[in-house]
Amino acid sequence: MADKAIRKWVADRPVPEFDSTPFVEAPPLSECTVAIVTTAGLRRDGDTGWGKQDASFRVFERAERDIKLGHPSPNFDRSGYAADMNVVYPIDRLEEMAAEGIIGGVAPQHLTFMGAQDETMNTMRMDTGPAAAKILKDGGVNVVILTPV
Amino acid sequence: MVISVLRNHTERIRPPRALHCEFPLGRPLGVPGEPAFQRRVLDAAFGLLKSKEGPVLEDFPEVIEDSADEPLSCAIPPRTDESLAPAIDEARGLRKAYNRALERNGRTNVGRLADADGIEGLLESLIKVANGEDLKEAGFPSGTIIEATKDLMSYYEEAASALVDHIPAARAAESWFFKETAAGAVLLEAKAKLKEAEWPAWMFITSMNQ
Repeated sequence: MADKAIRKWVADRPVPEFDSTPFVEAPPLSECTVAIVTTAGLRRDGDTGWGKQDASFRVFERAERDIKLGHPSPNFDRSGYAADMNVVYPIDRLEEMAAEGIIGGVAPQHLTFMGAQDETMNTMRMDTGPAAAKILKDGGVNVVILTPV
Repeated sequence: MVISVLRNHTERIRPPRALHCEFPLGRPLGVPGEPAFQRRVLDAAFGLLKSKEGPVLEDFPEVIEDSADEPLSCAIPPRTDESLAPAIDEARGLRKAYNRALERNGRTNVGRLADADGIEGLLESLIKVANGEDLKEAGFPSGTIIEATKDLMSYYEEAASALVDHIPAARAAESWFFKETAAGAVLLEAKAKLKEAEWPAWMFITSMNQ
């Protein structure tokens, strides 16, 4: 049970803490356009690798499936993603839910960051995060599902 | 909404809506190859949108543990060329299985520093590190050994999944790699040498439990 030890190891690590939580109500799910944002550090062949505490992000088109796991940490399972990307990046599940009318639609673009950032996450909060949010808003996204590894 | 994997962190960050899933790290939707299970997770997550106020943190009712304590039961290729280092002979013997996994999955996680054709070269360099050679002289400038280890582990894990013909439980293939294979032994020795040399990122060579 490696994960229990890893969860214990990182439990007390500093994380960003906030005085309040922004909260808005979403339209009915059947009217929402949904995007995936993962911190799995996904990559395409030929992409620049993810450096230490790299706070940039990459954009994937809705139809893209040739996407690799690129996060450099050894402390999570990779074999699940290798067999079925949806266990991290549930793009096919979203397509099914859109076809069934459960969600309103699948966003035209989806994003990946890399987890394991410094505790301030300054670049992500002040620069790359807002830039990523603009891409999602421009794509008409109402709901984002965040999947860490 | 967030699929939470570290409950303690989620409690402190307080995102608007979070569904804590006590699943193996690396599998936030729970079970690869099981769309119905993944849908249940998404249904539960989307259900949080009904909350009128937040933050909301709920627990998915099912727990899945990793299988690092139960290494995959998987064949190791026999020695076919005594002139090669055991790990290189072994990696060569796994190539057909790796190719089958690639064909089945339609993708591979190998290819950060080297593709499958470059795995033997990576192993040659890792053997040099395991023998105490300097990282740069062994062929790994500026931390690239970390990328190399992920390529090597992915190559073996993906080959193993083809040999057993099912998706391994979380961490089972990784444990097989480290406990049963010659390449795993090379990686553990390389990690030990880098720790001894006080290379600052030595702990990222393998997972912390190896």
